[in-house]
Amino acid sequence: MALENVSMQFPAGKVTAILGENGAGKSTLMKILSGVYPDYEGQVIYKGEVVCFKNPREAQNAGVAIIHQELNLIPYLSITENLFLGRELTNSWGMLDKSAMRGKAEELLKKLKLELAADTLIADLKVGQQQIVEIAKALLYDSEVIIMDEPTSAISESEANILFDIIVNLKAENKAVVYISHKLNELFKIADNYVVLRDGKTIESGEMAGMTHDALIHKMVGRDIDIARSNEETMDKQVLFDVANICLSISGKSVLNDISFSLYKGEILGIFGLMGAGRTELLETLLGTCDGTPQGIVTLDGKVVNFKSATQAIDAGLALVPEDRKKDGLVLGLDVKNNISLSSLHTTHRTGIINNQTEVGLAQKYISALKIKTPSEKQLVKNLSGGNQQKIVLAKCLATGPKVLMLDEPTRGIDINAKNEIYKLIAELAKDGLGIIMVSSELPEILAISDRILVMADGRITAEFKTAEATEDKILKAAIGEDI
Amino acid sequence: MSILQYRAQLSKFQSLIALVLLCIGISLMSDKFLTIDNTWNVMRQISVNICISVGMTMVILTSGIDLSVGSVLAFCGAITAGLLKFGIEVPSGNLYIGFTLLGAILIGLLAGSLLGLFNGWTITKFKIPPFVATLAMLTIARGLTMLWTKGYPISDLGEKFDYIGTGWFLGIPLPVWISGIVVIIAVIITNKTVLGRYIYAIGGNESASRLSGININKVKMTVYAIAGVLSAVGGIMVTSRLDSAQPNAGMSYELDSIAAVVIGGTSLSGGRGTIMGTVLGAVIIGVLNNGLVLLNVSPFWQQVVKGGVILLAVIIDKANSKND
Repeated sequence: MALENVSMQFPAGKVTAILGENGAGKSTLMKILSGVYPDYEGQVIYKGEVVCFKNPREAQNAGVAIIHQELNLIPYLSITENLFLGRELTNSWGMLDKSAMRGKAEELLKKLKLELAADTLIADLKVGQQQIVEIAKALLYDSEVIIMDEPTSAISESEANILFDIIVNLKAENKAVVYISHKLNELFKIADNYVVLRDGKTIESGEMAGMTHDALIHKMVGRDIDIARSNEETMDKQVLFDVANICLSISGKSVLNDISFSLYKGEILGIFGLMGAGRTELLETLLGTCDGTPQGIVTLDGKVVNFKSATQAIDAGLALVPEDRKKDGLVLGLDVKNNISLSSLHTTHRTGIINNQTEVGLAQKYISALKIKTPSEKQLVKNLSGGNQQKIVLAKCLATGPKVLMLDEPTRGIDINAKNEIYKLIAELAKDGLGIIMVSSELPEILAISDRILVMADGRITAEFKTAEATEDKILKAAIGEDI
Repeated sequence: MSILQYRAQLSKFQSLIALVLLCIGISLMSDKFLTIDNTWNVMRQISVNICISVGMTMVILTSGIDLSVGSVLAFCGAITAGLLKFGIEVPSGNLYIGFTLLGAILIGLLAGSLLGLFNGWTITKFKIPPFVATLAMLTIARGLTMLWTKGYPISDLGEKFDYIGTGWFLGIPLPVWISGIVVIIAVIITNKTVLGRYIYAIGGNESASRLSGININKVKMTVYAIAGVLSAVGGIMVTSRLDSAQPNAGMSYELDSIAAVVIGGTSLSGGRGTIMGTVLGAVIIGVLNNGLVLLNVSPFWQQVVKGGVILLAVIIDKANSKND
């Protein structure tokens, strides 16, 4: 049972935040409200009447719109065509009324401050812009209830601020907004009320005013969390990995500009940057998998290296936990052990024949070391939760025996308990002498576990802080750059 | 066992069950079907498709496709036949090179691997979709076959060579031995080797495989080369059975081969499927062909029935993967 005896209210003109760990039942609840799951017990009362939406279309027509976490846009259709998909305007001849649709679309884009022609193809938009189009789609319905599922997970700070303005306007128009997010800072900015779900039950609901971060987190997990790391350990300042003057242009556009830094043995180097700052491109460049030809000198363990592929980089002792584990980290249709061994197979099985015992042994070692919750090493990875999937990606990287571990948003989309476990693992690995580069867009995370913090903006490093000297304000200022 | 588990078990064996039902059905309607002679006949007939389909399975598992198998089969058969019968004459140097049976066969296999490698090269180096790259090779290899044979069959290849396609060894037709060995090797490759694991990984998620340090290009080149070699094996068997290399041999064999792979439950989007599934698929097609002939069904209806079976197989497969 995904939900048990859940009750809550979404008043008009208010933003209600729904909080809960992954698996708390948020998505299930939203699917019931938006008509995806029509079979449930209990009642949904909408504008004073009991309703039961049989499918998403019925919910939309009644005025309940949902903005899904995943983007549901068609890449080679224009913004207008996507907005009106399935409810195209027609003229009296039954032909598409393109000018009317374009006009409405342009009006909406203007309202959302998206400075793009309405006939731009979705494929030509950045992810953040696509997310805004997705939001525009919901607004086009003239909905009364607008449900947003992690709407800022892929957009930049400035885009998020536009979204918050839109939400304020929606409130003024007396709409009910339901807002699901992992980012507590956002919720404090925009939400009026909150509902905390845990294990499919409503734990508590109330007004945001007067709540604190810690109090909310406490309600979500039911226990205190501790992500503080003692950064005082004396480090033997031995340079492990050195990057000098890295530049990269992709099709004429400068993506990375004169990036230099050193990573010490046993150090956790945090790299913070907003969307488009070049964080992911930097990691790809170091791993040898970027588009374009990078310039600069990279030294690993005293040797100058120039990786042309991930194969070479991994053999030399580099490993990457990519940002999008489903797209770039895992083969979802393979089982746990096959995924864990994927990167190290060619070194552990030089004959080319796979030894089943060796492979199972490797998998079991990491399942217990990283506390991966799985019925067995033969479970398909797609059946596991986000946190456990992330641990499998980590296990795959560790199995190659890396000297430098690069983590790109290592805790994106996983629940707080799993996050804490991952932080502990990262700290332990650093203690064992690995050099760790952690890219993250979550300030509390960067501040809690890094020894040193680099800030990137526009493809450059704009600041460097020792963690003790860093504050959220300072970092964010450097990340926004001088231009804004 | 719960109903769901029961269903899952059942779906694993459904091609096998379908095959058994098919055999029972046909043997009830024709007393010629379940005889030793006819059984060997069917198995001999399907051994060429099995060889090709094994290669096709590996290609499709990487989420590729190889449309050139039929043409490559014709080309390699013709190369072997031509070398065996005429050798190579270099007019200017007054030079003549003759070929032994083994030499001619090895060069035929080499030709297959080279054409396969060429497929892999265009696909990996120039990022051409496999469908297009191998469609081009389908035409190129057919053209090369025509050039090599000048459009005429190369026949009378000698008793020794004919033995490959028509002979018996330990009471079993030689083509069945050959395809059996091919299947065993392929099962080992896909299940027990690093290459096999990489094939599944690339088909399941190419991007993750690349970032995991797998040399994608090398694996793909290898897989297309294997498909080329297995087409060559098929070509040599066909040529030997007919005692003649026909310039238009292997026409539309790629379709029968893809059909066997699909009926065998391999996903065309890659990452999921087995060699044994494909073998079953090839056997089902072979039995169906044979049964329809024995039952005097018109050749036109045979095609309709075959198409229907392919559709049915995919529909059932879809329904099963939804239950997962």
